[in-house]
Amino acid sequence: MRPYTLPPVLALLSALLLPLASHAGEIRIGLAEALTGPASQYGVPIQNGFLLARDEINAKGGINGDKIVLVEEDERGKKEEAINVYKKLIYQDKVLMIFGPTLSNSMFAAGPIANSAKVVAFGTSNTATGITDIGPYIFRNSPMEADVVPVTLRAAIKHLNIHKVGIIYGNDDAFTKSGYDVFKQALEELHIPVVDTETYSKGDVDFKAQLTKLKAADPDAIICPCLSEEGSNILLQSRALGIKQSFIGGNGFNSPKLVEIAKSAAEGTIVGSPWFDGNPSSQNQHFIAAYRKKYGTDPNQFSAQGYDALFIVAEALKKIKLTGHLDQDRQALRDALPNIQIDGATGKFAFRPAPPHAGKPGGNDANQTPFVYIVKNGKFVLLK
Amino acid sequence: MLAQQIVNAISLGSVYALFALGFTLVFGILGVINLSHGGIFMLGAYAALLLITWFDLPLWIALPAAMVFSGLVGLLIDVLILKRLRRRNAPHLMPMIATIGAAILMTSLTQGLFGSEARRFPVEWFNDETLKLGAVTIPLLQAGITTLSLVLMVLMMWVLKRTRLGQALRAMAESPRAAALLGIPVERLFHLTSFIAAALGGTAGILIGLSFNAISPFMGQPMLHKGIAAIILGGLGDVRGAVLGGLFLGITEVFAVTFLSSEYRDALSFGLLFLMLLWRPQGLFGASATRSA
Repeated sequence: MRPYTLPPVLALLSALLLPLASHAGEIRIGLAEALTGPASQYGVPIQNGFLLARDEINAKGGINGDKIVLVEEDERGKKEEAINVYKKLIYQDKVLMIFGPTLSNSMFAAGPIANSAKVVAFGTSNTATGITDIGPYIFRNSPMEADVVPVTLRAAIKHLNIHKVGIIYGNDDAFTKSGYDVFKQALEELHIPVVDTETYSKGDVDFKAQLTKLKAADPDAIICPCLSEEGSNILLQSRALGIKQSFIGGNGFNSPKLVEIAKSAAEGTIVGSPWFDGNPSSQNQHFIAAYRKKYGTDPNQFSAQGYDALFIVAEALKKIKLTGHLDQDRQALRDALPNIQIDGATGKFAFRPAPPHAGKPGGNDANQTPFVYIVKNGKFVLLK
Repeated sequence: MLAQQIVNAISLGSVYALFALGFTLVFGILGVINLSHGGIFMLGAYAALLLITWFDLPLWIALPAAMVFSGLVGLLIDVLILKRLRRRNAPHLMPMIATIGAAILMTSLTQGLFGSEARRFPVEWFNDETLKLGAVTIPLLQAGITTLSLVLMVLMMWVLKRTRLGQALRAMAESPRAAALLGIPVERLFHLTSFIAAALGGTAGILIGLSFNAISPFMGQPMLHKGIAAIILGGLGDVRGAVLGGLFLGITEVFAVTFLSSEYRDALSFGLLFLMLLWRPQGLFGASATRSA
């Protein structure tokens, strides 16, 4: 059997096997996240956020009396698996729309499948540039690094009176490399010169040679678009070498692990994030308390974004009338989503249409102001 | 800055040296490139971490206990894999492939049991004090690692040159069959060598774990690459060569960063390795035709 004949055959089979795929009173939504493998450290908190939101929405009577059912699938953080899971959810489970996958790489692979099937694919953790270029059915409520970094930088420059910076990053990792590119562009736009750029490789543990060189270049701050694991080592070693300057991190620094490991060496580190656990809004405080009660652990940015995403879609569902014709309902949801605004755990949220890419219409990105934190006395606090 | 970089180079190099020490020992005596050495390095670090965090043992008990544990893992690999291959007179490639398998097994088991995130020893267990000499700062722990690897190197050399055990080992390196004919208990000494080599590898893992937030199931692989480079530079199977090769690799890497750019660090250090293989395939210290343990 040739691969391109598979979807129709699957559709036919499932039409025979599941004559009542969508029961009356149920709204079936796909949730494709990395629940096992290395990316599960993001996927599991995301799933937790979704399940919490689902329970809350259903407890309050669901959507005009219909209950939300999440069809959960493990895409294992792999592109191939994300594609399989997407096909299963769209053609076999006949879901109304899909949340996930966890990693940007997987969305690049699976998103086009949903887009050509005219099914909404909604990412809650994809921060790479270009995700919404896939097409008009792609949505995300995770701000891009390219949106967060300039805000972080501007706040840091003002706070620390920065005139020149040094950079250290891993040049053999897609995530840290793209973080570096975003920082570099933002620095150019802000006319801040880079006095020294150092790189390291995956698996390095000793960064003292690079840091000694950075110290000699004497920047006002050091930019580190690194993962928190390497980041903590870099912070600890720079303090041991007598580097006093503050560090500015990307999304990877956005982790309690950083302070937990680096302790006092992390003091003064500045990062940007779409979510702030100290945000006193009632929605956020309710979310944190409910999450702790349900799971016994603290939520993170990813669980907050998953939680909010289901409320965004719930708002859209309240505005449309489901007909039971899957294609019509899928299209109606797609048309209702771009205008939805909510005030959720991550704060005020709205969509921003992505500009057309190569003559094709784009999807919708997050339009949200990130929070900028600084580490003070071992805690992330809002930078004022 | 230069003085600091020299200190950095020696401290980086001594970590490579300590790892390479056990690696080269197995090659010198068993004639096997043991690619599970990176896995043992990782297990040593985990063993010490668990002894300290689960059983609340003090470092001076946990360190030797974890060393013995790594040694036993090495012994197990020798008994289960290498011994059988030796008996069948298997060609060089077979133990190499078999030990890759052992390394994958150790990595996936650890990942399954403890997860893939990097950890370090609880903060109160490591010493982050530094020695200040003018503009140069030396973390005490790094000074400790450097001293320890030099002590272990000298100890190994002394054992090999001056003791009856060393004599027996060198005879085995020359020809296991001849050594057996002379009444040397070859099998037992093979086991002992595997044990000592693995204990040394595990120690390197523990010390890395003490210095950095770097205990993860994958920590062995990059170290294995550096270890191979170090023993090729120094001369395969030569204890002195492993230590000097490790130091040399550390110095090359740090100086590549200092005088060139960190972008070219690995290109330069592994390029140098390539040149070494062309110019002196036996390494800095290896004698061309004979193996010396």
